[in-house]
Amino acid sequence: MISQIVSAIGIMVAGVFACALYYWLSDRLLSLALPVPEGNVRQASVNLNRRATIRPWLFLGPALILIAVYLVYPVIATFILSFYDRSGDQYVGLANYRWAFFDQQFRQSIFNNILWLAVVPAACTFFGLVIAVLTDRIWWGNIAKSIIFMPMAISFVGASVIWKFIYEFRGGNETQIGLLNAIVKAIGGDPQIWISLPFWNNFFLMLILIWIQTGFAMVILSAALRGIPEETIEAAVIDGANGWQIFWKIMVPQIWGTIAVVWTTITILVLKVFDIVLTMTNGQWNTMVLANLMFDWMFRGGGDSGRSAVIALVIMLAVTPIMIWNIRQAHRDAEGH
Amino acid sequence: MAATATTTTTVPPLPSNPRATSPSIGTRLRRVGLPRLLVHLSVLAIVILWLIPTLGILVTSVRDKEQITASGWWTAFSGSTQMEAVRLADPATQKEEGGRFVISGSIFEGNAAGSVSAFGVRVQDPSAFEVGKPADIGDGETLQINQDGSYIYSKGAAFDDKRPKRVYVSLATAPEFTTQNYRDVLTSAGIGQAFVNSLTVAVPATIIPILIAAFAAYALSWMHFPGRTLLIAVVVGLIVVPLQMALIPLLTLYNDIGSFFGIPSRSYAGVWLAHSAFGMPLAIYLLRNYISGLPKEIIESARVDGASDFEIFVKIVLPLSFPALASFSIFQFLWTWNDLLVAMVFLGTGKDQLVLTGALNALLGSMGGKWEILTASAFITIIVPILVFFALQRYLVRGLLAGSVKGG
Repeated sequence: MISQIVSAIGIMVAGVFACALYYWLSDRLLSLALPVPEGNVRQASVNLNRRATIRPWLFLGPALILIAVYLVYPVIATFILSFYDRSGDQYVGLANYRWAFFDQQFRQSIFNNILWLAVVPAACTFFGLVIAVLTDRIWWGNIAKSIIFMPMAISFVGASVIWKFIYEFRGGNETQIGLLNAIVKAIGGDPQIWISLPFWNNFFLMLILIWIQTGFAMVILSAALRGIPEETIEAAVIDGANGWQIFWKIMVPQIWGTIAVVWTTITILVLKVFDIVLTMTNGQWNTMVLANLMFDWMFRGGGDSGRSAVIALVIMLAVTPIMIWNIRQAHRDAEGH
Repeated sequence: MAATATTTTTVPPLPSNPRATSPSIGTRLRRVGLPRLLVHLSVLAIVILWLIPTLGILVTSVRDKEQITASGWWTAFSGSTQMEAVRLADPATQKEEGGRFVISGSIFEGNAAGSVSAFGVRVQDPSAFEVGKPADIGDGETLQINQDGSYIYSKGAAFDDKRPKRVYVSLATAPEFTTQNYRDVLTSAGIGQAFVNSLTVAVPATIIPILIAAFAAYALSWMHFPGRTLLIAVVVGLIVVPLQMALIPLLTLYNDIGSFFGIPSRSYAGVWLAHSAFGMPLAIYLLRNYISGLPKEIIESARVDGASDFEIFVKIVLPLSFPALASFSIFQFLWTWNDLLVAMVFLGTGKDQLVLTGALNALLGSMGGKWEILTASAFITIIVPILVFFALQRYLVRGLLAGSVKGG
């Protein structure tokens, strides 16, 4: 154990050091290669100009290489692979797409993904907004916020174990040690195997993500609520609006932008949901979603790169509108400044 | 989340006394007069609801293995009651006392394991009799079992059974807490090893991308070169690219490189690079937002003084950007520590490479139902991010509000 820790630290230091060394060394080399001689003003200014042209690319280099190799190239390669057979050697045209269109499990995954998309972002945003309004009203609101925000630090796998324990079912006359079944039994119902309950099991998995993500929605929306100009509220109070009306007609319309941000962020997260399904059901009992189906086909029977590429592209397609919206928004910001 | 700065960064900085300048939502609504007690109670209910799941595994992880299956964790502090079959002493030990034949002793045989709350002689009715009173159990036999486990078993005639009498007792055991589960998982379940592996993945995968992204962000903020605007747009667009798109080509690439150089295709360096690259667009976006907002005068005057870009970056920009660097490093650390997919694909699932999330996932498969193992392992998995979260929450919130969060 000790030797492993020592070697781990060694690898870490070496990795980080190598990275820092690159920047320092490349900057030195550039200065040496393009010197600025004292006497020769013309040569000096030419070299200074050259340095200014090259230096940004030295700074950007590692980042651009990483992005090109790990993000840009794979997107193109995945697109091409989707037209090839399972090993990526034989061109098969649209066969993989045709397969996806008629495949039962693929349809099931699309259906489940839509279900997730319909429920999770809405639930997180709604609860986040309600909790933000409530916690802003009490003196211990910040403590409450911390606790509700905390699950965000927990891994999806850890959260799955936590909730699997809540959904635990024990047959026969054994004591129910899962909280949910104990409650059901206490109020006179029959204990259930929640995660294999047809259709509804999806919702039990979604609950985990809602538990994790509501804190995120709450934090962002709470800040947005604090940014609402005081005058608008005061005017409404003078006009005789009640709390409910003020909330829905004055506050919510002013934070639509932020609500959209929270909604889309959670939407992207939901599209990529993988860990929860893998650890809770591994896609059994009709809980399969796209990311898990893709992973499954990547390794199933030695792997089918064509089919899993098609599934990855469907996920990509779903995030594309958000991607375009982001780029336009960023562009507008850049022009505004 | 990309390109959302307009909507979220317009939030004014919080004044030291919020009420003085801008009353909180609370003050505003209070004027309208919502019942305050109701608000306290509903927040309390929500907080409890949110806390219970985590509390469940924390309590369970320190409970005795037997007790976990005998009763729900919410009863952990009141102990548990379980039914046990015990045998009384051998009939050969009977003594004659005043005309009756008596077998006596303690059902615990010396080591006290709890207190008896009821007993019975038939399995169908294991708690038929009260403790502390002689009970008529048929055949002219009486049996009295006391709370402390001592018993007197007597009969008018001699006991002629060959075997000791079997009785059933309801045992109330005192709450018992133990650190044994943690000792077990750290050594035998491979969680200790996985913890070190997780650290080996997460720490460099946090530091390397920050360094690379900070240099890139500086170049995109303060250096002039053709194609800058296009590069920024590309970076923003790439923030949301799903990881799934990258998996197949990269796995092939890793295998090709591995077999070409004759090295294992799955290594720590490979995971660091993968994590660094996947976090890169968000890192550049976040840090650029911050670095481009630094005061122009400082950087210009340093340039006039003859400082090179490298010096300006290291001596001025890096120290000034500390809040943004801290925010991003928390995200990246939480994301790499909690990641399952990248580690599974690029590091493998062998014992030497398994990170905590992977190990926990494997235990769910192999140890399903052994909650003493699962809960202790889960708690070890989540404790580091939770500590980071509570210690550095301020920076995390600041980062979120700067229009940032990366989807898993």
